[in-house]
Amino acid sequence: MNSNPVKINGEDVAAAGMTIAEYLASANYDTKRIAVERNLEIVPKAKYAEVVLEAGDVVEVVNFVGGG
Amino acid sequence: MACDKIPNREDFRCALVQKQGEEIVQKLERATVVICGVGGLGSNVAINLARAGIKKLILVDFDCVDVTNLQRQQYKASQVGEPKALALVENLKEIAPYIELEAYDEKITEENIDKFVANADVVCEAFDTPEAKSMLVNAVLEKYPQKYLVAASGMAGTDDANSIKTRKISKHFYLCGDGKSDVTQGLALLAPRVQICAAHEALTIIRIIAGLEV
Repeated sequence: MNSNPVKINGEDVAAAGMTIAEYLASANYDTKRIAVERNLEIVPKAKYAEVVLEAGDVVEVVNFVGGG
Repeated sequence: MACDKIPNREDFRCALVQKQGEEIVQKLERATVVICGVGGLGSNVAINLARAGIKKLILVDFDCVDVTNLQRQQYKASQVGEPKALALVENLKEIAPYIELEAYDEKITEENIDKFVANADVVCEAFDTPEAKSMLVNAVLEKYPQKYLVAASGMAGTDDANSIKTRKISKHFYLCGDGKSDVTQGLALLAPRVQICAAHEALTIIRIIAGLEV
């Protein structure tokens, strides 16, 4: 286990060093159906490929499902 | 005629104060909420907020009432074919005659979002497709980080009522639903579950306006 993990949706994930885009692809997220907050701030979709996750980051990936 | 029996504005306010208390009524009667999508979620949120004495609702939906909507949305059989936003105005006026309403038979996009959202104190996301939900939530959080946003995800299926929750995601962003039950996976849409989720959204909006969400 990574000793300095990133907390993603409440779980420790060894994702430090990955970009948001890389992490999302590895976890099979559809980027058209989500919103990503990093340390309580929205990450614009245009920045997914630039923002690199750091150890200690707290990330929430909100995955929207259909119905309403 | 029935019109003569409609209570006046003072009677309405007095009744609201009796049931909700002066403090909450005072805050609600100064607040504007935009409801993005007035289907199963949005039509129920709108009726809850109208009954509670909200000052103004901005209703946005590009769809028309369909017979398949009547099972869970707050429309009447006689309104099938009418634009939802306009049909809801008719229904809300019957329930809460002194509310201010602004209705748009339009689709919200990243380009035109300002027109609907800029003047609202709270944004209610009540769309049906995951893509539209994602678009609105991202746009509001990026452009209006100081505005309160209440969204919903996951109210399809036949799970029990208690699986639907409200979560605070960040300072001004709340998410209601079970987070997973997806209608595009072929799950049923049952009126009570949709209404429970809508009630979560409406209650969160009232709590925000009343200053109870800190």
